[in-house]
Amino acid sequence: MRPHLAACLAAAVAAGLLVLVQAELLAGVLSGRFTTAVLIPLALVVAARGLLGWARGVFAGRTAVAVKSQLRRRLLSRFQEQDAGSARSGELVTLAGRGLDALDAYLTGYLPAVAVAGVIPIAVVVRLFAADLGTAVIVLLTLPLIPIFGALVGWTTRAVTRQQLEALTRLGGHFLDVVRGLPTLRAFGRARHQASVIEQVAAAHRTATMRTLRVAFLSSLVLELVASLSLALVAVPVGLRLLSGSLDLHTALLVLLLAPEAYLPLRAMGTTFHAAMEGVAAADQAFSLITPTPGRDPGRDHAQIRVHAPDQPTPPRDHAQIRIQAADLRISGRDHAPPAIRLEGVTVRYPGRGEDALDDVTLEIAPGEKVAVIGPSGAGKSTLLHVLLGFVTPSRGRVLIDGADLAGLDLEEWRRRLAFVPQRPHLFAATVADNISLGADVSPDEVRTAAAAAQAAEFVEALPYGYETELGERGANLSAGQRQRVALARAFCRPSAEVLLLDEPTARLDGRSEAAVVAATRTLAEGRTAIIVAHRPAMIELADRVIRLGDHAERGAA
Amino acid sequence: MTGTPLRLLTPGMPRRLVLATLAGAAADLAGIALIAAAAWMITRAAEQPPLAALSVAIVAVRAFATTRGLFRYGERLAGHDVALRAQAGTRERLYQALVPAGPLPRRGADLLSRMVDDTDAVQDLLVRCLLPAVAALLAGTAAVVLAAFVLPAAALLLAAGLLVAGVALPAATAVAARRRSARIAPARAELAARVADLVHGAADLAAYGARDRALSAGMEADARLALLERGRSRVDAAALGLGVLVQGLTVVAVVLAASSADLDGVATAVLALTALVSFEPVLPLGAAGERLAGVLAALRRLREIGATPAAVTEPGTPLPLPDEPPALEIEDLVVRHGDRAPALNGVSLSIAPGDRVAIVGPSGAGKSTLLAALMRTVDIESGNIMLNGVDIRRFASDDVRTRMTGLIQDPYVFQATLRDNLRLAGPDASDDDLARAVRQARLDDWTGRTGWDTTLGEDGRTVSGGQLQRLALARALLYDPQVLLLDEPAEAVDEETADALLADLLDATRGRTTLLVTHRLRGLEQVDEIVVLEDGRVVQRGPHHALVSVPGYYRDLWESEALTRR
Repeated sequence: MRPHLAACLAAAVAAGLLVLVQAELLAGVLSGRFTTAVLIPLALVVAARGLLGWARGVFAGRTAVAVKSQLRRRLLSRFQEQDAGSARSGELVTLAGRGLDALDAYLTGYLPAVAVAGVIPIAVVVRLFAADLGTAVIVLLTLPLIPIFGALVGWTTRAVTRQQLEALTRLGGHFLDVVRGLPTLRAFGRARHQASVIEQVAAAHRTATMRTLRVAFLSSLVLELVASLSLALVAVPVGLRLLSGSLDLHTALLVLLLAPEAYLPLRAMGTTFHAAMEGVAAADQAFSLITPTPGRDPGRDHAQIRVHAPDQPTPPRDHAQIRIQAADLRISGRDHAPPAIRLEGVTVRYPGRGEDALDDVTLEIAPGEKVAVIGPSGAGKSTLLHVLLGFVTPSRGRVLIDGADLAGLDLEEWRRRLAFVPQRPHLFAATVADNISLGADVSPDEVRTAAAAAQAAEFVEALPYGYETELGERGANLSAGQRQRVALARAFCRPSAEVLLLDEPTARLDGRSEAAVVAATRTLAEGRTAIIVAHRPAMIELADRVIRLGDHAERGAA
Repeated sequence: MTGTPLRLLTPGMPRRLVLATLAGAAADLAGIALIAAAAWMITRAAEQPPLAALSVAIVAVRAFATTRGLFRYGERLAGHDVALRAQAGTRERLYQALVPAGPLPRRGADLLSRMVDDTDAVQDLLVRCLLPAVAALLAGTAAVVLAAFVLPAAALLLAAGLLVAGVALPAATAVAARRRSARIAPARAELAARVADLVHGAADLAAYGARDRALSAGMEADARLALLERGRSRVDAAALGLGVLVQGLTVVAVVLAASSADLDGVATAVLALTALVSFEPVLPLGAAGERLAGVLAALRRLREIGATPAAVTEPGTPLPLPDEPPALEIEDLVVRHGDRAPALNGVSLSIAPGDRVAIVGPSGAGKSTLLAALMRTVDIESGNIMLNGVDIRRFASDDVRTRMTGLIQDPYVFQATLRDNLRLAGPDASDDDLARAVRQARLDDWTGRTGWDTTLGEDGRTVSGGQLQRLALARALLYDPQVLLLDEPAEAVDEETADALLADLLDATRGRTTLLVTHRLRGLEQVDEIVVLEDGRVVQRGPHHALVSVPGYYRDLWESEALTRR
């Protein structure tokens, strides 16, 4: 993209220089110094300018597209799983989507304008010095007035403008605010009344905007006046000197044609400045998201791990004891047996939070054991699963997998042994089959089998294109229960998984869906270790043991 | 609502628009005249006439140099003034169109902002498309007329060049933009979906080791969009290049015509420079053509919203509301949203004055639809809702809501002070009334801490879930309808707060006719009747002690609630 940017800037500057050549030729023809035969090179220069203008646009477009793509890639690959659902995720989606388009103005408008403004006025002044000293001096003296006045007006009006902009943002948000709150207004019979408020606010908005614009446009008025009065300042003395015979017509016409070209690039730079700054703001935002904040760097937390070995681990107290059939631990395609999982004094505190999300949890889960995790919201149930997944690193304590510290394991490899169904599984804008296989190398038959096991086959087959039906954004065309079962089918599609991590798989389900999901989970859990965050009796009954995560009064596993 | 939804101009605006256009044309003309006068003055001066012969031209050059900027300033101010007025009018009419329309899409926050953004299109249409186009037309015509006085053939050439640059090129870019937006919009949507998947599905992808694949799918979508965007920049670049080419060749042709007509140096110079400068207002129209396609699409979307049918059919001559305490009789109610399965499928319920009825059931069971039917924000397919023996369809929907309303789903906090946020439910309420409602909703701690005149943030960002629900409850209590409807008042609130909120609410509604939709059962032993809805039908009904003693949805929920409690 650097060569593209260079080509774009070079084309812009070359086109600017050709304007000088064009002025030269035109002045020659009009003054009678050149014959009309010169019109042919003139036409060629014009054609070359057109071509360069085209090249500038093409390369500017390529640059912008390439820069946006690269920023987008870096933004998306930096994104961490534990950030999902945070305020940053919404910001990121907007920025990586439309937000980066703000860069267009900067890359395709402002940068070329700056390049042109850096070269052309100097070239014009140099040519004018060679042609006519008096004009060159006038242009040289008035030229700096454009940036000086621009900065001066901008500076004196900045306070007013910022104040006005704040007012504008407030008033501009009002309409959206009212439209969003329309159901509330309707409920209290205020919807119609609000129409007149909208009118009043719009009038106030207009008055405030116009006050801002009167000042804002003043700066462009000053710049335009400087440019056109300078032209008059150049043209009138030139005319008088022609009259006295101390100047020839060719030079006079050349001066007339060239002088405006000295001011134009500076004004073009000014007009693109504002939009360009929005692009710079977008880029700043992107870079701040790409650069990790200190608290989020997972590598940093490893240093803080402190082994916390309780003197006497409290023996687990069973809430519900359910018979399980002897688990067949050897399920096809599996490299390992289910691991023994041990948490030792695991404490998690999210950055910027005052309280621990998970407070000193010590527990042991035997291979093949089915454990229900219950407790009030905020007790750290989901965090427990996230720790096991390696999404979150404990601030204190450690997780042992068959005796080995999880912090030292290859996470990718460890996750291959897991099947996870989150509390709100995300369905992707892809086919149902792709949503179930989720990257796993499985045959369509295996997808079908997984769906059947997850009690999802019936409704999937009823969809317009069955397994090939494209799901809307976030699985919009499925009910909550159906989404949950598709996510469960994902877990079924991992025959090699030895540990099931399910986060409230029946939350937000109606009675019938719940029964289906419970039955599916029961089958899936056979021969595997299952850690299920649950809050409904049916799901809890599935477990060999219930672990209650308490609040701060009730430390550790009970 | 007006007959033609979303007209652009309101009375008084055409005059301002004409003024702005004239100022724009005057600025363009002053620019052309400045160069023409300067060219005349210089070439004439070369013939060394007496100074007096030049004095008019000298004055003209100075005058045009000054007035060009002033006219431009006037045009910009007048143009933006008109545009803001047009936008305000559009917004007001859009709002008027939305008032009787159906419930807004729940997950459609983006849709709403886009709709609001669409009203900006009106501003774009006037300031960036219409105004410069008409001003350029006037200035171009003036330049052609001037040329015609000097040399008719040159005038024809100039007119042809201006038409190509000012009409053909913008039209071509507009067509190209329209055709391309049909392909770019889906590509953008695809990229947005991939990005949303990568971000919102990050945990799922990581757990299944599928992130790299999803990332490359995202980058493929990006590449497809990039290809289309490069195509667009090629069209834009071509328009830019062609504009420059047409301008230059027109000047060359004009000079050629002048020389073959044996015109003198003065006239040739004036013609050539007039031709050169008269393209200045015309060349930016290529970009305006590009913008026009987007502007027209936005206006079309707005027109569609304006044409949305009202959510409920209002009676021709609405009956006045009865005065006696409200007795509600719901008979075999069927309500359907669009062409889906009925949301309510034969629900019957009677509520005597002073009764408190709780409605429980899984999500999607039709609980909120029942409240919407009572508030007359959805139409009934069959069955009746009788208020004191009169079908509520015979009352105006606004009137019905003065009797039956309350805490609706997704209550909204406006960007206004706490006081104003409350007062919308009671514009004439005294400070004592406000204080009482706040006390009953147990919001007084908060008002004591933050004060009544604190501005609450956008989307109530400074308001927690519990405070939001309490604020909504306070509004409902302040409004004090005869039948109080409460839709999941403990939604989006943590357990502890939810328990406290429901307890307060059951306290505050003692003796009021109340319909409470809830997911939480604690405290429901206080209400007169509990109705369990499932799939749009009543599956269980009765008081709490009766429902917990029989197997079913209610007992299951009760037991699981007990299990997850500390």
